[in-house]
Amino acid sequence: MNDSDAGPAPVLALKDVSKSFGAVRALQDVSLQLFPGEAHALAGENGAGKSTLIKTLAGVHRPDTGQVLLDDSPVTFHGPADARDAGIAVIYQEPTLFPDLSIAENIFMGRQPRRALGRIDRKAVHAATAELMARLGVALDPQRPARGLSIADQQIVEIAKALSFDARVLIMDEPTAALTGSETARLFSVVETLRAEGAAVLFISHRLEEIFQLCQRVTTLRDGRWISSDPIGDLTEDDLVRRMVGRDLGELYPKQQTEIGEAALSVRRLTREGVFRDVSFDVRRGEIVALAGLVGAGRSEVVQAVFGVDRADAGEVHVDGKRLTVGSPTAAMDAGVALVPEDRRQRGLVMEMSIERNIALTGLDQVRRGGLVRRSLEQGRAADWSVKLQLKYNKLSDSVGVLSGGNQQKVVLAKWLATEPSVLIVDEPTRGIDVGTKAEVHRLLSSLAAEGLAVLMVSSDLPEVLGMADRVLVMHEGRLVAELPRTEATEESVMAAATGRNGKERAA
Amino acid sequence: MKTALSALEKPSAAPAPEKSDARNLVDAVFRARELSIGGALVLLILGTWLTNHSFLDSQGVKDLLLNSSILVLLAVGQSVVVATRNIDLSVGSVVGLTAFTCGDFVSGTSHGPLTVMLLGIAIGALCGLVSGALVSIGKVPALVVTLGMLYVVQGIDYALADGGQINAVNLPDPVLSLGSGSILGIPYLPLISVAVLAATAYFLRTYRSGRELYAIGSSPEAARLAGIPIRRRVLVAYVFSGAIAGLAGALWLARFGTVVANAASGWELTVVSAVVVGGVAITGGVGSVWGAALGALLLTTISGALIVLKVDPFWEQAITGALLILAITADRLVQVRTTNALRKRSRR
Ligand SMILES: Nc1ncnc2c1ncn2[C@@H]1O[C@H](COP(=O)(O)OP(=O)(O)OP(=O)(O)O)[C@@H](O)[C@H]1O
Ligand SMILES: [Mg+2]
Repeated sequence: MNDSDAGPAPVLALKDVSKSFGAVRALQDVSLQLFPGEAHALAGENGAGKSTLIKTLAGVHRPDTGQVLLDDSPVTFHGPADARDAGIAVIYQEPTLFPDLSIAENIFMGRQPRRALGRIDRKAVHAATAELMARLGVALDPQRPARGLSIADQQIVEIAKALSFDARVLIMDEPTAALTGSETARLFSVVETLRAEGAAVLFISHRLEEIFQLCQRVTTLRDGRWISSDPIGDLTEDDLVRRMVGRDLGELYPKQQTEIGEAALSVRRLTREGVFRDVSFDVRRGEIVALAGLVGAGRSEVVQAVFGVDRADAGEVHVDGKRLTVGSPTAAMDAGVALVPEDRRQRGLVMEMSIERNIALTGLDQVRRGGLVRRSLEQGRAADWSVKLQLKYNKLSDSVGVLSGGNQQKVVLAKWLATEPSVLIVDEPTRGIDVGTKAEVHRLLSSLAAEGLAVLMVSSDLPEVLGMADRVLVMHEGRLVAELPRTEATEESVMAAATGRNGKERAA
Repeated sequence: MKTALSALEKPSAAPAPEKSDARNLVDAVFRARELSIGGALVLLILGTWLTNHSFLDSQGVKDLLLNSSILVLLAVGQSVVVATRNIDLSVGSVVGLTAFTCGDFVSGTSHGPLTVMLLGIAIGALCGLVSGALVSIGKVPALVVTLGMLYVVQGIDYALADGGQINAVNLPDPVLSLGSGSILGIPYLPLISVAVLAATAYFLRTYRSGRELYAIGSSPEAARLAGIPIRRRVLVAYVFSGAIAGLAGALWLARFGTVVANAASGWELTVVSAVVVGGVAITGGVGSVWGAALGALLLTTISGALIVLKVDPFWEQAITGALLILAITADRLVQVRTTNALRKRSRR
């Protein structure tokens, strides 16, 4: 499929587009062409300008200079509705749903099929939604409200929304970040069908293997500038990484040898009816323990119960030998436990507040003198952590809401790391984070462990689990089914346990 | 080699149709709200009737209907605005202004009820247009705009009235009979309110623009990305609320005949209370006009009952206030609870 240069004209293109937000130059003279029947990947680090580019194509942002070309003629989109009417479907990075409305209404808002006299055809709306859900292979009730959906399901609704009309151009900003393997596979096969029918596709992901699997061409951005556009066949993963980062990456899973001390976190027979049962394990000082398993095995639920965000029905949690009051995050925090949650946007950040405020929120005690928050301390702390995590921002006083998706994730990490916990629980620590920073986060976790921190990590990223963990705990359908030391943890052994093929391996 | 763990997952079986208990739960919550208001209403009516039978004689029922119909109407208009996560505090003043100007206009003439209603609607819609434009296009917070409008409209009203009042004797008979007449024993006023109520409810449920009002209130950001013309919809909501307040003003004139400049002053809070008590969330996106109407009926009945029971009218305000707080607290708690319950019921 490398013949499209000479072939059809691009459906949608950007020509020398620049876009600034105040002093931030998010895009500088970027050009991009989307051809019918071709899947085009957009690669770049966190904050490189990928989402901004997409929003320019979607009519959310208007370019400061340069043009958007539709079928080779310049157009001005006055809003998302214009782009949609031109046949452009967009899946945004952050699901934006109407929590109070049903899934069906969320998908068809403003475009509901109608009966005579302009009345909404409710039956048709529900039928069409059910059909979309079947096509994506998920069982979601079209009439349930969007409130309370998991991020993965929210993402599914966004995808269904984009597929709900005959798009000529399908744009997807990290649609797979929260999806399970089978859902991703479904999505890809649906996209393949659309592409075969002649739709142009633009795809963003930080998982390089997905880019190589789905796309025929890849454009790289770095710091808002266009770096290259190549046919995918001409590149290796390493080439792509080099284009994104501008240098060679060091070792990918920098695991340090650490001295393992006594147990810092002990969980005993923790049970929550219908979700998980009889979960017991220890995490010792200096140790990184991974909690692996399929999406839905109950891993996030376990760590939330450990931290006290969710109640447990039975069981105990001890930190440094002291029993925690169950169901109290405050007690957990006082005991030195920190939890970086999975759903960062909803549970982790106050979008309107500044970066430094957000980072300081969890550690008010440390930046307070005599009851007042000291701004200089707050700033110092925020500045420290933003350097450590390579946060890309304009001013620390900017609101978190304007950061790129991956950089928002880093703020949540910083916020919890800054509490200097003795037990750190991270749920999907590197989801949505670019390859370069991912290695940086791993390095950080590793050195924290070396300093005596106990780390419990929930991750769906198998290389991450195998590369970083001293011990792997595997969950299957709400139970802990295996405990594998680093030496015995392999892709096969973890997967076997996670799919429930050998449930008896659990070391007593 | 870069296999994500999830990629190896066993193929999920054909999606079992999810038991739609999530949907049922939400329905149940709504029904619970309307049922509890309905229940409270029945208990209140029964209790008052047991103490004083005149509460439910034919005059008593008629009073109840007449008294509630204007509040129901205003609650319908207010719900539409509140659904979009806005508020209209100027309705009380608008009622006062239209009642007075309409009265002034028809005094000593032979104009009919239709003219009065149309004039009222026009004046009200104009007020709504001003508030709506400031909120939607000017992007000034709704609370500020409509609080300002409350005083501006009141000021105009006082200036026009100049200390005078409208007297029933000067009004044409057909106008007065709009307020006192009835079909089959049912007075016109409640009929008009119910007609407006039913039409609005139908519109909000079955038309795209009606659903979009809820969408805007539920998440303005998502509404923007969905390409909903937010400004236009909010503007129209305000014009509608104003027009309804204008109609209410005309009906006020027809019902009372004698109108002073500060008619209906202070009603805005009663209306907002009725709407919120009726389950329209003050944070937008949730609730029905039927619920709001029930809320209005409840508040009217409470004040009627207090009069019959010879309780100091001061208590009426205290009770309305308490109900408002109760309703908002309940909304908040219910939202947190249902979110948790729904999250638990999600598969992952
Ligand atoms: N509305 C805005 N106001 C101010 N700055 C913004 C705004 N939107 C984006 N930016 C800035 O523009 C830059 C590019 O952001 P963008 O969201 O396009 O990155 P991205 O490539 O999508 O990153 P990620 O992989 O983390 O999602 C960032 O520095 C971000 O802080
Ligand atoms: Mg992005």
